[in-house]
Amino acid sequence: MRNTKVVTLEEAIRRSGLKDGMTISFHHHFRGGDKVVNLVVDKLAEMGFKGLHLAASSLSDVHAPLIGHIRNGVITKISTSGLRGELANEISHALMEEPVVFRSHGGRGSAIASGELHIDVAFLGASSCDALGNASGCPRSENAKSICGSLGYALPDAQYADHVVVVTDDLVAYPNVPKSISACQVESVVVVDSVGDSSKISSGAIRDSKNPRDILLAKQAAKVIINSGYFTDGFSIQTGTGGASLAAVKYIRESMIEKGIKASFALGGITAHMVKLHEEGLIGRLVDVQSFDKVAAESIASDQLHQEVSAIEYASADHEGSAVHALDIVILSALEVDVDFNVNVLVGSDGIIRGAIGGHPDTAEDSALSIIVCPLLRGRIPCVVPKVTTLITPGAGVDVVVTEYGIAVNPRRPEIAERLKEAGLPVTDIRDLAAKATSIIGVPDALPFGDKVVGIVMDRHGKVLDKIRNIED
Amino acid sequence: MMFVPGNNPGMMADAHIYGPDSIMLDLEDSVTMAEKDAARLLVYNALKSIDYGTTEMVVRINPLNTPYGKKDVEAVVKAGVDVIRMPKTETADEVRELEAEILKVETEIGRVGETRIMAAIESALGIRNAFEIASASTRMMGIALGAEDYTANLKTQRTPGGAELLLARETIVVAARAAGIACFDTVYSNLDDMDTFRKEVELIKTLGFDGKSIINPRQIEVVNEVFAPSQKDIEKALRITAAIKEAQQRGSGVIAVNGKMVDRPVVIRAERTIALAIASGILSKEEAL
Amino acid sequence: MEMKNAVAGTLESGDIMIQISSGEGLEIDLQSSVAAQFGSQIKAVITETLKGLGIENAAVKAVDKGALDCTIRARVTAAAVRATGKDVWK
Repeated sequence: MRNTKVVTLEEAIRRSGLKDGMTISFHHHFRGGDKVVNLVVDKLAEMGFKGLHLAASSLSDVHAPLIGHIRNGVITKISTSGLRGELANEISHALMEEPVVFRSHGGRGSAIASGELHIDVAFLGASSCDALGNASGCPRSENAKSICGSLGYALPDAQYADHVVVVTDDLVAYPNVPKSISACQVESVVVVDSVGDSSKISSGAIRDSKNPRDILLAKQAAKVIINSGYFTDGFSIQTGTGGASLAAVKYIRESMIEKGIKASFALGGITAHMVKLHEEGLIGRLVDVQSFDKVAAESIASDQLHQEVSAIEYASADHEGSAVHALDIVILSALEVDVDFNVNVLVGSDGIIRGAIGGHPDTAEDSALSIIVCPLLRGRIPCVVPKVTTLITPGAGVDVVVTEYGIAVNPRRPEIAERLKEAGLPVTDIRDLAAKATSIIGVPDALPFGDKVVGIVMDRHGKVLDKIRNIED
Repeated sequence: MMFVPGNNPGMMADAHIYGPDSIMLDLEDSVTMAEKDAARLLVYNALKSIDYGTTEMVVRINPLNTPYGKKDVEAVVKAGVDVIRMPKTETADEVRELEAEILKVETEIGRVGETRIMAAIESALGIRNAFEIASASTRMMGIALGAEDYTANLKTQRTPGGAELLLARETIVVAARAAGIACFDTVYSNLDDMDTFRKEVELIKTLGFDGKSIINPRQIEVVNEVFAPSQKDIEKALRITAAIKEAQQRGSGVIAVNGKMVDRPVVIRAERTIALAIASGILSKEEAL
Repeated sequence: MEMKNAVAGTLESGDIMIQISSGEGLEIDLQSSVAAQFGSQIKAVITETLKGLGIENAAVKAVDKGALDCTIRARVTAAAVRATGKDVWK
């Protein structure tokens, strides 16, 4: 086969026509094990690029080396869903001139589709790829090293970027099908030793939380679902990460079996818990934008009823066909919820960025029932507060807040409050929960925010929702 | 009754959220000798500051014949504990000695008669004296079995069926009933074997115990399921809630059932009984209205 | 007041470790993950507890893991009792 696409990273960059000031993009399917961002940005620095805009679907602890590339001017702007670790800490302390732009997964998909976020060159890691550029997150040979399953967050980039480079550690024979990214969208294929540290991409099997507080929260969340009025045959569900929301699935399962209720589909980040219910016949289909663990990644590779969706198909507000519009129930976590049901999942209560927006506002707004599960207190940190540090998900889309000290229902949903009370659940006013937190830990001092804007939170419709200021020590 | 180590502030801060009927903060076996002083201060400050709601608060003190016992009594009585649990009780005189210590501290702070006593029986001699212990003081609210020390004392060990504990358990129930107080069974330590735990809870409920000691919140649900309220309890609770509704309609704050006034703790217990009955599927929501 | 070096508390979540030694006035060195929001409250509780015990001069090193005020009081008192040998109970 004549093949001109497989080239070195340097050659791929040269061919892409990348210039100073342009936008490069990455996905985060390799999570904490990602090697692609650091590898590519190191090379761009070596080649002398300056003033680049890095638009990733998310960034994590492993991306701390970007700090150096920001200091030396290679990266001058970042767009992402989340930031963690030392990079997040430095940015909160005013590392960058230009504020980081934060979008939800659905918001990023919409922004890429509309051209608001224009990508010049996308560097997309893949677990397998053939020489023409058909790429997948599934293993297709004995040599597969870094398996991530769904490539949902990379698909808008592949579709809309001017130039697409696939970076893989397993070049396989043509045709690499079923494919996630089509060869017709790909200009170059770069083969490297490793695109990700598989031990940090995903955990192996189901790990049930043994933390009694997580179990308590999970059981309460399950009872909320079961008594909400939405727990009927054919319902659909999504769960966020976090011990309590994952464990809730276990308790819903028992009730599904008992009552003979089946779910039509599970959406979003798919976990081993969801795969188990699907294989037991309790969930019809899995609609997967991100495979959270090895079990989910293996399932999407082999199960016809477990399908990948792009970030746009998953959660775009601009596309009426996106899956969140058909979603009944979502269980989400939070760093903070305030008395108006606004949620913060991005900025810690010390004012430092330490999270990711993810699909939080997308699913909360469009689902029929959104449930936030969070402890009232994490150590001395309150999670139900008078006002969130940073607004990520407006309270209008949040229906129920489950804590270990009681369950609060948004006054906009009196019928749900009524159903939960009838079921004997401890429904309380959210202001009482905030007051309870204060009575236990006292009133925190105001955070030492500076005047510099270090982050801008965009809502899923493309408007500025909130601004994050720098923190001073 | 949930056991919580007395030197673990993280666990003490929110033990009540799991809904145990009572919490026993432990100053005895779970605290090393070097930390007895620190644990005592921790328990004292926690009892004074943390709002445990309607949960009954128990502290297991060190035996009075150790250097720690009397200081433990002073600290927890001053902090306003509901119940002092005396470990390794063998004679009625020991109960009376504790009663005298309690009275001394209560007199000093002007709060006489509030502190009740639970005696843990953990030896063959204690079982022989069970009724005398149970009836040694008007402060006695219950007796409990401590099976680990008891089986060691018998020169045997615990088995899943619990044959070695049968005499002790029956003796404790009979002694408690004869004295008109409550009785509580020992702990079961294997958290991963919920089936054997459930069988043990079923057994002790049949024997007549009022409750089970537990070491982890995960065990609460099993105990609640097994101890789900009886039809009689539920009917009584329903009469009380009906009386509340009736009083509200009359615009009266006074609630009465069968001509007797009902006070707040009784109302709370009635509501808990109904919630428990609905949760265990004994009572439908419609019936509860 | 005669004072030995003494420690109370642990580094477990929800606890605070207090090291106390003789000093001039009350010097408090606090490390805490919640220093921004609760640093001044934690120091105030330490100061008030020591003064309540009649201690006006001491160097305190506190490593906080999100302890509540009642825990801080208990740990400071325990460290002070160990340092001075003067118990709060009869």
